Amino acid sequence: MRPAWSIIFFTTISGLGLGLAGWTVIGLLPLMTPGSVMGVGIATLALIGAGLLSSTFHLGHPERAWRALSQWRSSWLSREGVLAVLVMAGLAGWFATAYTGGRVPFWANLVLLALIYLTVYATSMIYASLKTVARWHHPLTPICYLMFAAAGGLLATLALLAILRLPITAALAQATIVLMLSAWGVKLAWWRLAGMARQAGSIESATGLGALGTVRPLMPPHTEENYLQHEMGFVVARAHADKLRMISLALGGGLPVVILFLAPASAGALAVAVLAHVAGMFVERWLFFAEAKHVVTLYYGDPA
Amino acid sequence: MTMLPEPSAIKLGLVIDLDICVGCQACVVNCKEWNTGGYGAPLADADAYGESPTGAWLNRVHAYEVEAPETGEGTESRTVHFPKSCLHCEDAPCVTVCPTGASFKRAEDGIVLVNEDWCIGCGLCAWSCPYGARELDPAEGVMKKCTLCVDRIYNDNIPEEDRVPACVRTCPTNARHFGDLGDPDSEVSQMVAARGGVDLMPEQNTRPVNKYLPPRPRRAAEDAPVSLVAMAEADTPTGFWKWVDSTLERLG
Repeated sequence: MRPAWSIIFFTTISGLGLGLAGWTVIGLLPLMTPGSVMGVGIATLALIGAGLLSSTFHLGHPERAWRALSQWRSSWLSREGVLAVLVMAGLAGWFATAYTGGRVPFWANLVLLALIYLTVYATSMIYASLKTVARWHHPLTPICYLMFAAAGGLLATLALLAILRLPITAALAQATIVLMLSAWGVKLAWWRLAGMARQAGSIESATGLGALGTVRPLMPPHTEENYLQHEMGFVVARAHADKLRMISLALGGGLPVVILFLAPASAGALAVAVLAHVAGMFVERWLFFAEAKHVVTLYYGDPA
Repeated sequence: MTMLPEPSAIKLGLVIDLDICVGCQACVVNCKEWNTGGYGAPLADADAYGESPTGAWLNRVHAYEVEAPETGEGTESRTVHFPKSCLHCEDAPCVTVCPTGASFKRAEDGIVLVNEDWCIGCGLCAWSCPYGARELDPAEGVMKKCTLCVDRIYNDNIPEEDRVPACVRTCPTNARHFGDLGDPDSEVSQMVAARGGVDLMPEQNTRPVNKYLPPRPRRAAEDAPVSLVAMAEADTPTGFWKWVDSTLERLG
């Protein structure tokens, strides 16, 4: 599948923003001053909003994007949109309440937390629900998205604590390391297990000609690459994918964990850790698309 | 509305006879011609007269070589021309994934259509379709797909014999048939029953309405092949013609 930068940016940045929002609403980031509420509020909403906005850039008709909120009964893409709007509205209310010194009731925090993780889940299900892409259609796909949102969000929370000169306990730094390592552990498992998932079909079942013998393409139906091949025939070379996996693991998981070990209280170091994590997640998300194979390629003779 | 309707009693669709199709591409061309002036925006091309012309087409004809298993007398292979367009699936995944309600399946006859005024061109329906039946229009930014020529089949302004999809009307070999596959007595259903019509990618559980008729088995030759040498030897002249023959030989 062809990786679209707008989608990579959207899932990565929105995921980070939602993860950060999740830890914030359960009170891990004590916001003492109106200034810090304002700053963190803007940062969180900007991350989620920028991601959502960028997701409209790949549309043929971005001006109609609002229509995507209508089909939540059947479409995960629509559900994701509806949930994201609810979360943005809820968070705006949450930060406004905190800014005016009010107290958000406990149940409201829980509802907001649930909505936040449901949004991440809905994002992952846009891909995981597609039967046509075997690698995505795997039970671990949503777990990867949820774990990375939680781990990235916690890392960003630590960076903000350091920037706001609030204390970071050793336990919190260790918890972040554990969560980050767990998230990458799930991702490694996904690379192994979902990578082994093969399409159920074959060129014989695709053409219905299997009863006659083995099928191979003789002539393509068009002389130039068409939309299907451009969009769904894109697959990164295996050798490159292996290298990129190492890069994403080193940047997205390795470097942040090392920094959390060595300098768990340094604002500068933690900011670098967040940037490295985001860069690693960009590569991870690029591979998510570039390594995925669509079943329609069977018609063009590509092995499943 | 992108919830799928209850399965309709009438299921309009195509039956494609792979035994007959010769891969002439006439259906492809007539489909493009009709649909560039019919339902919705024109079917655009990009770089049409340049080095790499591309464009949106609703019907594409592949060609495959099918090699039969080894039987001891050598393998037998055959060429199969394979037209592919939207199969108007009963469980159409392209409809349920659509976030806007632009993609829909008609409750009355099962045709899957795109409302181009609502489509945002996100491409998710094309990702969800295992058959590659949907292509994004390069100029209009909306999703294009086979409409089963909905603007022909119910069109009272054209002669009755033209009220079939353009691809069916134009097929010079009669490899394409249009009808109601929900009616077991219809001509197309009878054809599917008689020839063992198949679904493409049944493992995707999309329950396509369109069916493909597999090529008929090869007929064995009724007699052993005639030997030309034996024929020539059996034709050795006798009598007067033998004398003529030997005289001509002697003359050199």
